[in-house]
This record gives sequence, structure tokens and C-alpha cells, in this order.
Amino acid sequence: MNLVIVNTRVANLASVDFAFRRLGVTPIISADSDVIKAASHVVLPGVGTASAAMRSLESLGLVSVLRELTQPVLGICLGMQMLTERSAEAGAGSAVATSETAGSVNCLGVIPGGIERMQAADGKPLPHMGWNRTEVSDHPLFEGLKQPWFYFVHSFAAPISEQTIASCEYTQEFSAAIAHNNFMGVQFHPERSGADGARVLKNFLEIKC
Amino acid sequence: MLAKRIIPCLDVRDGQVVKGVQFRNHEIVGDIVPLATRYAEEGADELVFYDITASADNRVVDKSWVSRVAEVINIPFAVAGGIQNVEQAREILAMGADKISVNSLALRRPELINELVDEFGQQCVVIGIDSFFNADTGRYEVYKFTGDESRTEKTTWETADWVNEVIARGAGEIVLNCMNQDGVRQGYDIAQLASIRQHCSVPLIASGGAGAEQHFIDVFQQANVDGALAASVFHKGIIPIPTLKATLRNENIAIRP
Repeated sequence: MNLVIVNTRVANLASVDFAFRRLGVTPIISADSDVIKAASHVVLPGVGTASAAMRSLESLGLVSVLRELTQPVLGICLGMQMLTERSAEAGAGSAVATSETAGSVNCLGVIPGGIERMQAADGKPLPHMGWNRTEVSDHPLFEGLKQPWFYFVHSFAAPISEQTIASCEYTQEFSAAIAHNNFMGVQFHPERSGADGARVLKNFLEIKC
Repeated sequence: MLAKRIIPCLDVRDGQVVKGVQFRNHEIVGDIVPLATRYAEEGADELVFYDITASADNRVVDKSWVSRVAEVINIPFAVAGGIQNVEQAREILAMGADKISVNSLALRRPELINELVDEFGQQCVVIGIDSFFNADTGRYEVYKFTGDESRTEKTTWETADWVNEVIARGAGEIVLNCMNQDGVRQGYDIAQLASIRQHCSVPLIASGGAGAEQHFIDVFQQANVDGALAASVFHKGIIPIPTLKATLRNENIAIRP
């Protein structure tokens, strides 16, 4: 086991680091391309905006490194969104930008599809924040889980597509998780989702590509 | 099905959990990490830690306990108290907190909200509001520096206006603490919360007044808040969280098992 958490400089790394340590695995936190390439498993965390995160990956020289990985890669929250082709979350201060005025930012493009702003509906507040029951597929990431509850915090989401491996509903149905080849992404925070979330992380470590 | 959240609040002073009545006469409840662990195991959906001395004292406080909490619990938590700028917020988030919550210092300098949202994203930024019902004027008034009675100060803001202001500046969630109810366990301020709910487009958390299971049922059914925060009923074991969640589920309120 040689788990590397990519240090994107914008993410909250501590909670992901601690979550793996609770499983008995000590991750390496690194932005070094050789260390990342040599990993058995790679986690791409993320907090903040897609544009800031992509700028950070570009300045670290990690865009092509991440695209070319062949081992299991797990993107978490914004990390998941960065695995897709593009995100509508282009500007800083996303709360006040509207989807009409904001452009889109190119992401890593290793999972087909893009990220869209969630639309308000039924008078429900946004961001989608809290624990939501999730429908999971038989993807190995969800081995042993049936209608798990995960903790979500986001205003942007991946629509349902062929890449969807788990779905959730809040103002609209969206992808709670997506996957393509060795790349997997979860919109929720497994590191903060109790026992169900810990199981997802444990399952990820058991995946071999 | 998004669950309504049950949120124990731990007031922290000098590294220990304390509880006062209507913000006064603080008594020590216990150590932070064991209490946080217990609540996470009992089914709390989230935790909020308020460093109640920090803002009023205007001092930099030791926040190393944030990292110790992040290490052991697997549910989200927010940290409040004395966060004056982006750098202090970054430090707390780097130690593993999921959100930062700002109250008095956003009243003093509202641009702080925009700065935090631009840097960390809307989802990280919670605004706490201490609201007092003035029976003489019939208005809800926003107070600041409520952590220290001698510095508690009424602002010029009416609560509904301040709620609109912080949302316009990008706040991701609002914790509305109804001061009249705080610590006396007579129920949440349903009228105020329901009124604020109507024009609050971000998640709204009720705070102040929980004393019985019925109060939680009322606040979810009548004020449609996203979460209910409480302290003493949990600290003193008056309402065990598993029992409360079972009761709420029986009332058909969406609750995480």
C-alpha cells in the first residue's frame, strides 16, 4: 500500500489524511510528480473553486501527471469535479456569480462530462449541505453498502450520465459518484461520512487497476 | 432525502467545554475530545465548537484542539470564535475543520465574509447571528461580542436585514441564535425562525432554547430549519441523541439513522 494524497495547496488535507489513518494506512501527502506516479493509489481532494484548484495544479505542473495515471485515483468533492472535462464554476466568489455570466473552466478531462451549477427548486436552500441518502451501484467502491448516508457540501454537481456509479437527489437528481477506467470521483465527503464513508475509503484501497 | 441535522454545540473556553445560562455564569462541562467523540458515536450529524472567549478578548487563542478533534471524529464540524482574517481561517481549516463560523467580527467588518468566501468557497463559511427580541420595540436586534457579558453590544442591525446582507456577501449557512431563549430550555423561537426562513436561501440552523424532544419536532415542522443546534440538553444527558432521532423519525422527519 502506497497511498498518496495530492497536495493541491487549496484543499483541506487534514481530514482526508486522518480518515485514512483511522483505517490504519498512513498516506503520503505530496505534490511531487515522481511520488504521485509511484503511488499504488492516488487521492485528489478539493475544497474551494474549480478555477482556483486548476490554477494550482497548473502551477504545480501536475496536470499531465494526473491525466496519465493508470493506478486507482479517487477525487473527493471538488477533486471529483476536477476529474471531469469542465466546470461551470469559473469565478471566485461563486455565491454571487451566476451561471449565465460565468464562463467555464477546463478540468483534467479523465472522466467524460462536465459540472453544472445546481438549480434552486422547491424553495430548498443551496448549497446542498448535510447528510443525504444515496443510491449506489455495484461498483466496487460501494461494496457492502446499501442506501448509505453520506455528507455533502456543494453547489455544483455532475448530472446523471453513463459515468454515474451512485446517485442522489436534492432539487434535482445528480451524480453522487462517477467513474471512468481507473478514475473515480465522489461528490460527498467520505472522510466525514461516518462508518459508511469509511467503508468507501476502505473499498477504494482494495481496488486494483 | 436530505436529513435534518442534529448539532450539539460545544462552547469552548481555554480548551475546555463550558456552558452558561443566557451567555453568563459559565461552568465547565468537560474535555473537548472525549465529548466530541461521544457525540459522533451517538449519531450527532455535525458539531459546532464556539471559542466563546476569543472575540470578546480580542486575543489569539490556542486552536491545537481543532486538530485533535479532526483526528478522531468522522463527522463534519465547524469552528467559531475570533476568526479575524483569511490567514486565521486557513489555519483552522488546515487543522481539519470543515467550516469556519464568524459572528461579531463580520459585524465589525462585513467584507470579511466576502474575503472568506472568495478564498475558501461558500460551503466553508457559516455566519452566526445573535438575535435578541426587544419586547419594547417588537423588533429583533443583532448583538455582538455576546461571549463576554461586559462587552456585549447591540448593533444597529435588525436581524432580517443582517441575514439578507450576509447572504448577499456569500455566506453558505446561517446559525440563528435566539438570545432570549438561550440556555433556558423553553423551546426554540419558532416565530422568529419561521420568519427568517422565508427569505433565507441558504441552510438555516436554529439555536437557543432546546429543552425537550418536542422542541426539536416543533422547530423542524413549524420553522422548516435545516438543523437544530443545542448544548445543555445533550451535555447534561437530558435528551440522549439516539432517543431524539428515533422520536423525530416517528414524526416522519427526515433523519439519518
